[in-house]
Amino acid sequence: MAALTEEQSMVRDQAKSWATEQAPIGAFRKMRDSDNAERFEPQTWQSMVEMGWTGILVPEAFGGSDLGFLTFGVVLEELGRQLTASPLLASGLVGTSAILLGGNDAQQQALLPRLVDGSEILTLAVDEGPRHEPREVALAATAKDGGYVLSGDKTFVLEGMAATSFVVAARTSGTAGDAKGITLFVVPAGSAGLARKAIATMDNRGYASVSFDAVTLGADAVLGRVDDGFELLEQVLDRGRAGLGAEMIGTSSQAFDMTLEYLKTREQFGRVIGSFQALGHRAAELFSSIELARSCAEGALQTLDAGGDADTVAQMSSLSKCRVGDCLHRMSNQLIQIHGGIGMTDEFDAGFYLKRARALEATFGNRAYHRDRYATQLGF
Amino acid sequence: MSQDQQLDGFRDSTRKWVAANLPEGLKGKVLGMEGETETSLGADLQTWRALLAGKGWGAPTWPTQFGGGGLSHPEAKVISQEIAKAGGFNPIPLLTGMGTTMVGPTVLEYGTDDQKERHLPGIASGEVRWCLGLSEPNAGSDLASLATKATDEGDAFVLNGSKIWTSGADISQWCGAVVRTDNNAKKRDGISFVMLPMAQEGVSTKPIKLISGSSPFCETFFDDARADKADLLGDLNDGWSVVKRLLQHERQSQTSGSREANTDKETLADTAKRYVGEDSEGRLADADLRVRLANHLMDAKAHSLTVGRITAEARGNVEVSAAASILKNSATDVTQTRSELLLELMGSQGLGWEGDKFSEDELEHVRQWLWGKAISIYGGSAEVQKNIISKNILGLPETTQKG
Repeated sequence: MAALTEEQSMVRDQAKSWATEQAPIGAFRKMRDSDNAERFEPQTWQSMVEMGWTGILVPEAFGGSDLGFLTFGVVLEELGRQLTASPLLASGLVGTSAILLGGNDAQQQALLPRLVDGSEILTLAVDEGPRHEPREVALAATAKDGGYVLSGDKTFVLEGMAATSFVVAARTSGTAGDAKGITLFVVPAGSAGLARKAIATMDNRGYASVSFDAVTLGADAVLGRVDDGFELLEQVLDRGRAGLGAEMIGTSSQAFDMTLEYLKTREQFGRVIGSFQALGHRAAELFSSIELARSCAEGALQTLDAGGDADTVAQMSSLSKCRVGDCLHRMSNQLIQIHGGIGMTDEFDAGFYLKRARALEATFGNRAYHRDRYATQLGF
Repeated sequence: MSQDQQLDGFRDSTRKWVAANLPEGLKGKVLGMEGETETSLGADLQTWRALLAGKGWGAPTWPTQFGGGGLSHPEAKVISQEIAKAGGFNPIPLLTGMGTTMVGPTVLEYGTDDQKERHLPGIASGEVRWCLGLSEPNAGSDLASLATKATDEGDAFVLNGSKIWTSGADISQWCGAVVRTDNNAKKRDGISFVMLPMAQEGVSTKPIKLISGSSPFCETFFDDARADKADLLGDLNDGWSVVKRLLQHERQSQTSGSREANTDKETLADTAKRYVGEDSEGRLADADLRVRLANHLMDAKAHSLTVGRITAEARGNVEVSAAASILKNSATDVTQTRSELLLELMGSQGLGWEGDKFSEDELEHVRQWLWGKAISIYGGSAEVQKNIISKNILGLPETTQKG
């Protein structure tokens, strides 16, 4: 754990006790077994708003606390431990960052207070196919009557069913694969021509496919600059990736703690299985990989807090997403393996962590994506 | 004046002093690297050593009364940074063998006043080189099963047995050795730590030639060798505590990762491109190597971030995390993987042993790669480190003790 300020420690303690008492893994199981269409509990979201978590990145002038990314990270880590479902990352971090980085005065004044009070859930719609590749944006935004008409499809949109509006990456010029020609738009969920459909994923969280059938927007829907939205998009994504790194560290840590506990209590051959060196060494390796990954996750958040330039932020976010992804991938497999048969049962929670792990790994670029990106950033 | 301002002031004065005193002939050279020896560096080396010793900068954080500099750890770091920036190096740690990194800190903690006065100044000035007699032919990872016997003969212990992997034993003046002083106690409870001069009839050494061709290690034989009772470090039969502490100091000194990290040679990625070439988009031509290189550089970054995190935690309001315990293995992985990648990317140029077909760098690298295999063996093997993590950090049962 990084050296935290007093305020950050307080937020962490608050998040830890709230998540374990009010929104623990058992609450997630209940939600999974319900027909809740949004895939999170409204009172969970309300509590987060009341605790001020939606305002962690927002300046005080707009009702936030401006405590920064590491603070956001300590909250996400605790939520990652309990698999607490909510739009906090999608809206409080990603959507909010889009407005903070790209919004003009009018957009910030209209949206930030509503993002802080939770009445607005703003999520990013970027992917159009099974693989994350922001340059491949093809959804067309055609200029018409001083505004734009959007046509195309987005998929794997985080909290897409609960969202009240979307930040949509669309193509105003060029062709799929070009960085140039991408523009971001803020699109209300109720716009005529916009339709969404829930995607039933194995991690039981709220994803949606969103289709745009000649959705008409005014010029004031543009976020940032026309045709030059790719850099903004990457900066928004990098904030999301850094946040995911923190959440994934929480998920890994919880999976490790469950495994360690089992190693100390499960007996076979007349002794606890943790006394077998093969398992003791595996535990040591998993522990080491989490500690090293944690440094990457915290490093990415601290780089953002220190106001690092876009290239440094990109490098650190890719490092975090890839390294924590490697760690979570292995940890989630070992969680099942070391628990043996009980790990395979639905009655036990291990499966939730495994399924969630793969979804987190895939979100905003998987490990291979970020390894490649890191190498490119370093010039090879 | 704030701490930071004080440190800035210290940095300025250090920089000026180094600029004024570092001999020209030493710039860009390091003892032990690229064939440089005490002889090749000549009088410059001795002049520079004496100047540093005069300021106590051979062991900057030790008390001044024992030859140290009486400085803080941040100040000590400033000294090494400023010397490195000026293109120099501090020869004293290199000239004392295990002295400044392991023996000295342990004597500071466990030694009597008499021992501190007799032994520390010679280490701090770089004039007395120390070796350590720890491992034995039949006591490697299982160090506590050591058999070298020490018999009480009044003023002295008389030692019989042999030690192995004693670094620099053939050129050291003093040795710290763990010996068995009680055959009847449990194996960890019958061990003592003694210090003895190497120049005596009962001590002989024999260098061991390694796969890299070099011989940094020796076998050391004790045939009625004598260690004064006044040189028993710590209590009789409590040598296991002393040696555990000593090994902690060793791990501390082995956590820095790749030794080339601070030089301004070309980056590993650039070296890779030079040998392997690139595609039309500037990517390394060998896609498989590119992935593994990226993984390695991420590991190296994760390691250095973790070192930084532990330092920050030590100053901050969070307990020092258990992460410190993983650094030895992590540093080892980074260094060994780097060596393997470098060897691989050089292709057949990475297979040279001697001769004109190969550059100095290429030949040096082959030797370094071979030598690097020792890192996961010495100072507690990678497997022993995992035992330590699993038992001491994770609280899992001991797996290496019988019954």
